[in-house]
Amino acid sequence: MTTAQPLIQARGLVKRFGDFTAVDGIDVEVRSGEAFGFLGPNGAGKSSTMRMVGCISPPTAGELRILGMDPVRDGPAIRARLGVCPQLDNLDPELTVRENLTTYARYFGIPRRVARARAAELLDFVQLTERADSRVDPLSGGMKRRLTIARALVNEPEIVLLDEPTTGLDPQARHLVWERLFRLKQQGVTLVLTTHYMDEAEQLCDRLVVMDGGRIVAEGSPRALIQRHSTREVVELRFAAESQEPFAGKLDGLGERVEVLPDRILLYVHDGDAAVAEVGALGLTPANVLVRRSSLEDVFLHLTGRTLVD
Amino acid sequence: MSVVSLVLPRLVDVSAASRRSASVTERNVAALRSVYWLLLVSGFVEPLLYLLSIGVGVGALIGDIPVPGGEVVTYAAFVAPAMLASSAMSGALSETTFNFFGKIKYMKLYDGVIATPVRPFEIALGELAWAMLRGSTYSAAFLAVMVLMDLTTTARALVAFPAAVLVGFAFGALGMATATFMRSWQDFDLMGSAQFTLFLFSGTFVPAESYPTVLRWLVEVTPLYRAVHLIRGISVGVDGWAWVLDVLYLLAALGLGLLIASRRMGGLLYK
Ligand SMILES: Nc1ncnc2c1ncn2[C@@H]1O[C@H](COP(=O)(O)OP(=O)(O)O)[C@@H](O)[C@H]1O
Ligand SMILES: [Mg+2]
Repeated sequence: MTTAQPLIQARGLVKRFGDFTAVDGIDVEVRSGEAFGFLGPNGAGKSSTMRMVGCISPPTAGELRILGMDPVRDGPAIRARLGVCPQLDNLDPELTVRENLTTYARYFGIPRRVARARAAELLDFVQLTERADSRVDPLSGGMKRRLTIARALVNEPEIVLLDEPTTGLDPQARHLVWERLFRLKQQGVTLVLTTHYMDEAEQLCDRLVVMDGGRIVAEGSPRALIQRHSTREVVELRFAAESQEPFAGKLDGLGERVEVLPDRILLYVHDGDAAVAEVGALGLTPANVLVRRSSLEDVFLHLTGRTLVD
Repeated sequence: MSVVSLVLPRLVDVSAASRRSASVTERNVAALRSVYWLLLVSGFVEPLLYLLSIGVGVGALIGDIPVPGGEVVTYAAFVAPAMLASSAMSGALSETTFNFFGKIKYMKLYDGVIATPVRPFEIALGELAWAMLRGSTYSAAFLAVMVLMDLTTTARALVAFPAAVLVGFAFGALGMATATFMRSWQDFDLMGSAQFTLFLFSGTFVPAESYPTVLRWLVEVTPLYRAVHLIRGISVGVDGWAWVLDVLYLLAALGLGLLIASRRMGGLLYK
């Protein structure tokens, strides 16, 4: 295999459940050593994509090559080189924390002695050594998540698939997980993750795609996406009134885009301070003004809309 | 050279597959906890109680019984091999239906396993091997009791053991296939009734020859009848070459059960 070949390559990849299309013809390439993100609201098709890449869900149509192999024919050989952290923890409830790692290692054919050594290392890596002999049930959500991540590393995988690795975790646990993932990346492991946390995507991903309704609606580095799909700065105005709507009309033409939310108005502009001055010149006096840099969240909401999908 | 390059990959594949199956069995050994031992003991005590109450107790009223080989044996010696066969059956079934169903449906145990190189067929084989570790222990203990009670000879018991293991494997595989069709725990009541019917009518307590012809044919195609027939032939007297049919029947049940179970598991897990 040449180094130029992508580790994961999908062309026109489709996943249908009955007549419902969860993944609707996506093209993706993940290169060695990068951290690649799937960003998207619930139901966008992120997990369905991850399961196909993890070779536990046969694609309905399209082309998929992983590590140069065909996931349907070479499933075991590919899975031997992947680490998977699924969206929902599926740890073995009848085993202890340590046994969850050693047993999992055995599924990969790793010798017992090596499995024990690796389990000890990984428990240390995710800071669970003190709970090594506890069962899984009494662990907190964050601990279970860390254990699932440790389990995904037990076969020293070349690619690690992480489906919403930090959803539901408290800030401390999230930062710990981020820090560990960052270390893995520095060791040269290819990371593929899904998330709907923008800060997570901005922190971890070199490149990402935004998915919505089974399709890819944008792709690039976080910075490039912001440049392409948003302005440099955003001004948030809050007027002391029942409705913000009447004020929006007066702001028309200010900046590139005006967005009205129930509680505030967003002005997408190049220069925030200049825009605030213009608002003042119009004789408007918002109760609250905030100028901030555009974030991936603005891109995300712009591309996938603000309607709640659940 | 060409033979080596053709055969070697297959051999490597087979050895990798059996290693992966073994890792599934190993997981169950690791999960074994003290409470489980009680369950293990109960599986042995039940057939023993049947043997003592019906075989010995009722047997005192019935007297001796002719077996197909032409010999005449005590009723206890007639019933004992049937108890062995049905304990091999129920030992295998309880692990491969109830526990296996729980692992698939509620524990979601294999959702994690399929993300590794282990395949559904290997999971099925590994679970079956585990069930048989348990079932075979019952069989060995029960055979020891039969020898002690003078219901068979040591030599016959040694031959009957692998036969009992085969019986367990066959029922285990059938049970596993059945478990993949189960929707909820309620379905197990149905299976329990089916199992008890088999237990009563498979030539267990009464020779199948004493049933009306149609019923007898019906009985003779059931798997437990074949199992009882095989083990009784070994422990008290062989009925010609009919045992070959029993063995082939049980092997076919084993193969079919495993095939259906792994196909169905693949469908349930690889969504
Ligand atoms: N096994 C399944 N059967 C039927 N529909 C499914 C299945 N898995 C996912 N879906 C549907 O496919 C869509 C995409 O789901 P998913 O890939 O989990 O999205 P995401 O991970 O982005 O939230 C959802 O509408 C979901 O209900
Ligand atoms: Mg998901």
